[in-house]
Amino acid sequence: MPVSDLTVWAVILILGVGTYLIRWSFLGVLGGRDLPEWVLRLLRYTPVAVLPALVAPLVVWPAATGGEPDPARMAAAAATVIAGLWTHNVLAAIAAGGGTLALMLYVLG
Amino acid sequence: MSPTPEPRPDPAQETADPITARALARTPRQAFWHGMWQSLPFLIVIVPFALLFGVVASEAGLDLAQVMGFSVLVLAGASQFTAVQLMSDNAPAIIVILSSLAVNLRMAMYSASLVPWLGNAAGRHKAWIAYVLIDQSYALSIQHYERHPRLSMPQRLAYFAGCVTPLCIPWMIATGVGAVIGNAMPEGIALDFALPITFLAMIAPMLRTPAHLAACFTAILSALLLAGLPSGLGLLIAAPLGMIAGAVVETRTTPKEI
Repeated sequence: MPVSDLTVWAVILILGVGTYLIRWSFLGVLGGRDLPEWVLRLLRYTPVAVLPALVAPLVVWPAATGGEPDPARMAAAAATVIAGLWTHNVLAAIAAGGGTLALMLYVLG
Repeated sequence: MSPTPEPRPDPAQETADPITARALARTPRQAFWHGMWQSLPFLIVIVPFALLFGVVASEAGLDLAQVMGFSVLVLAGASQFTAVQLMSDNAPAIIVILSSLAVNLRMAMYSASLVPWLGNAAGRHKAWIAYVLIDQSYALSIQHYERHPRLSMPQRLAYFAGCVTPLCIPWMIATGVGAVIGNAMPEGIALDFALPITFLAMIAPMLRTPAHLAACFTAILSALLLAGLPSGLGLLIAAPLGMIAGAVVETRTTPKEI
């Protein structure tokens, strides 16, 4: 881990408190106040925007190959997405991706 | 959202719907067991996911206390993975925190939509509910409350407590086990790619509508174009662009009410 222990603990504590406040927000203090429609609309797309944006560079330029695009990891990513779209099952998609990666790394040596 | 009616005995309706009758007849203790029973299937996802977090985080260089710190104090899988990934990319702490909190923003929606059902509970109950409000406990409890609107507050609280017990405690234990396994893991296994695969597997089933697809692909394209920016900064720009794209497409594709 390139960051210091102190930084890691600071991230854990701030993230813990922040996440708790997000969960507590409406239930605890904001009460029955309705969120404006446009806010709800943006919130609806947080997971499908944040997670792909995080993953895309890791798939195209994997750190393990020094940032060189890698056919094994590309194939594994594609297999994961296809299995996920097809089965709607997170574990099946992980198994498809992991299996493809292991197979490709074995075949390509 | 409608105000919650207080439970009143209504024999006619109770005989009309035996499932509701059974739900209303449960003591809080029985409601707790019912919640536990209904959340058990989620263990199949929770345990491997927690093991994986433990392994990935310890591979990234976190010690056991830090790995457990994440799972006990944050208790939110996707954001925990996000934080570990960004820290091992050497991103500044502020970007790590903002990005990981962004992953958890959806929980504000959960919090808001539970208000009609749990808003009148005592403050100490709302305090523990906020701690264990995860995707699975939200999904189960909101379905249960909407299906049986006349449950009493103790029944609702007990059901929620039942749902979270077999999810949150195994999450923490399996994380610790994963961290210990991770330290014993031989080099050379392509664990670097466990996190991308896990995230892709979580995202794919969410892509149900054109708006979700638009959000996802806008975010991917922006993240790739902005990959040259300092670590983590591209994400902070790409993610909001994806969210805006999703919201815009939703507005265009939802038929206007006349």
